[in-house]
Amino acid sequence: MGRSVTPQGIVQRAHALRDELGAGVHERIAESLYATATRVAQAGVSVKGKPRVDWDLLADRILTSRMFGFPIMIAGLAVILWLTIAGANAPSAAIFSVLFWLHDKMAAGMTAIGAPWWLTGFLINGVYRGLAWVVSVMLPPMAIFFPIFTLLEDVGYLPRVAFNLDRAFRWCGGHGKQSLTMGMGFGCNAAGVTACRIIDSPRERLIAILTNNFMLCNGRWPTIIMVATVFVAASFSAVWSSVVATAAVGGVTLLGVVATFLVSRGLSRTVLKGESSHFYLELPPYRRPNVLRVVHRSIVDRTIFVLGRACMTAAPAGGLIWLLGNINVGDASLMAHITTAIDPVGRFFGLDGVILLAFIVALPANEIVVPTMLMAYLARSQMVNMDNMAQIGALLHEHGWTLLTAACLMLFSLLHYPCATTTWTIYRETGSVKWTLWANLMPLTLALIACALVANVARALGA
Amino acid sequence: MGHGSATNGRDSLMSLGKAIGHDYVVALAGNPNTGKSTVFNHLTGMRQHTGNWPGKTVARAEGTFSHGGKRFQLVDLPGTYSLLANSVDEEVARDFVLFGRPDCTVVVCDATVLERNLHLALQIMEITDRVVVCANLIDEADRKRIALEARALERELGVPVVPTAARRGQGLEHLVEHIHSVASGAEKLKPLRAELDPAVEKAVNEISEDLLSVAPGLPCPRWIALRLLEGDERIEKAVMNGELASLYEPAGNGSKATRSRTASQEAVAWADP
Repeated sequence: MGRSVTPQGIVQRAHALRDELGAGVHERIAESLYATATRVAQAGVSVKGKPRVDWDLLADRILTSRMFGFPIMIAGLAVILWLTIAGANAPSAAIFSVLFWLHDKMAAGMTAIGAPWWLTGFLINGVYRGLAWVVSVMLPPMAIFFPIFTLLEDVGYLPRVAFNLDRAFRWCGGHGKQSLTMGMGFGCNAAGVTACRIIDSPRERLIAILTNNFMLCNGRWPTIIMVATVFVAASFSAVWSSVVATAAVGGVTLLGVVATFLVSRGLSRTVLKGESSHFYLELPPYRRPNVLRVVHRSIVDRTIFVLGRACMTAAPAGGLIWLLGNINVGDASLMAHITTAIDPVGRFFGLDGVILLAFIVALPANEIVVPTMLMAYLARSQMVNMDNMAQIGALLHEHGWTLLTAACLMLFSLLHYPCATTTWTIYRETGSVKWTLWANLMPLTLALIACALVANVARALGA
Repeated sequence: MGHGSATNGRDSLMSLGKAIGHDYVVALAGNPNTGKSTVFNHLTGMRQHTGNWPGKTVARAEGTFSHGGKRFQLVDLPGTYSLLANSVDEEVARDFVLFGRPDCTVVVCDATVLERNLHLALQIMEITDRVVVCANLIDEADRKRIALEARALERELGVPVVPTAARRGQGLEHLVEHIHSVASGAEKLKPLRAELDPAVEKAVNEISEDLLSVAPGLPCPRWIALRLLEGDERIEKAVMNGELASLYEPAGNGSKATRSRTASQEAVAWADP
């Protein structure tokens, strides 16, 4: 063999051989692989007859049918939300009263040992109160919602949802797998954005990333649930309140899904032009979940993790709010100056200065919008003691809240912009400053337009 | 290696979570939704998110366990149907098996649809000899009245086949024993190669020989030849710029330690695809 072999030579030779072999080398190789697999399987796998009823097939026929698919999904969502809202009420109130009883005891204790007023104020009325809000408002709903959602995921329902929504995604030019990433976004948008890696086409992946924000995350569920239960539902009789609250939260959730579709369609018609690509989605078998493990995992890994993150941001935010409320410049506190200054802006969008401030302070984590807001109101309020949840509603009324305020707050919370963690994840996943900015400014613009429209139309109609 | 002393020498499995340092690198490959993450969690004692839908593991996870006084680093690869690098997932999985040079690659298969899952197993067996097939979800197969004959499958495939039900922890001790003996080289394997049609076979042989004359240590010339025949650009590039040849320099002083470190470095390099 006189020929000297070089890497370049090998590659060229391979090209020549491929041409000699003619078309379909790839298919011929694949076929031999399939034939081999079939032979091996025949040698070692035997089927002892089919079970009488194929339950999986039966379940799929119903869960993914054109007639029942969507109603079952929406009913399922309603049931989960109702269980969460109705179930969280009592434990929330109980935790609340214990933590705030402790609050008063600690404040009294601090005074008794002669601690200066500002230290008691900062630590107890600021940091501790912030934590107490977060724990009592967030823990019970999460401890109910996460296990149920994880159970559905373990059983294998998520891919069926993707299957149902596939046609909708084809309409809006997105990828059918986007619904799986939306499902992950229900827990946490950062996780949802990372999950977008399952979408191969860069265009469709970007659409999924940019719209994941419209899925309510851990941080925003409690906000929406809190506003829906203590404010919206409070104006109805006790029998109906949990139903009304469920309808409100469900409505906001579905609005998020609709926003996802519309924005996806808008994007795929303008800056991210293209057709949706085909894909094969395997419907995995239904599996009986290990309930104990699921509950343990979703409480220990998810609930505690999320709560921990919320506390980490709530504690400094609580301190900050207390400082803003107690450092006086001229004749009013810093907070009064800030909220008064931005109040007209907030009013225009159906909100107020305090709510705007809360959203700004909550940039690192959406979890603390409600606590920040409540602390800011409380700092300006006559009400000193808050010993039950019902008083939250009274506090909000005192500061001029109407149903319109609640609606605009929920709308803004749903749409606004992803939290800092998610923004960072978007940057990591896209590697692009431009798209990261898009992911923030696009929803913000949308949120402002939506709130301004709702507020001004409602006012014009005399609401 | 001193760090084996922590275990008491018994042959039992010990989960070590994210511990640092290891004797062997083990890759966990398989189709989506076959329970790789469940196997991973069981062996390492970690709690990777698991869920019943394909494509859930998007990032690669790493964890450690020990068995018989040796430490194993387990790398959970994204689930893929093939190793043809059609997507980022497939590329991550393929690059790790190819360039990361794990001491053992476990192919987790869904026992209820084994034939379809064997496609990936056969592709991996072209790249590396050190393969253990884990026929998972055996409980589900039972329910569907599908019976596996592990011995017959082993005879055909030429690699160990271990039936498991990872969600119940069933069969995993047995799996670990095989991982250990394959990784340490105690169990020598002769994996089945797919039978190609004669014309393709001839072309593959020619290219393989050329490859071996350029890079004598190359462990999977046949697989690379197949990819070159298909015109796989990533592999063409790796052949041309010497990436493949440099990884497989004659193993002379290629002690375990150096090799493992290489694998870890590869692991880091692919952590953020």
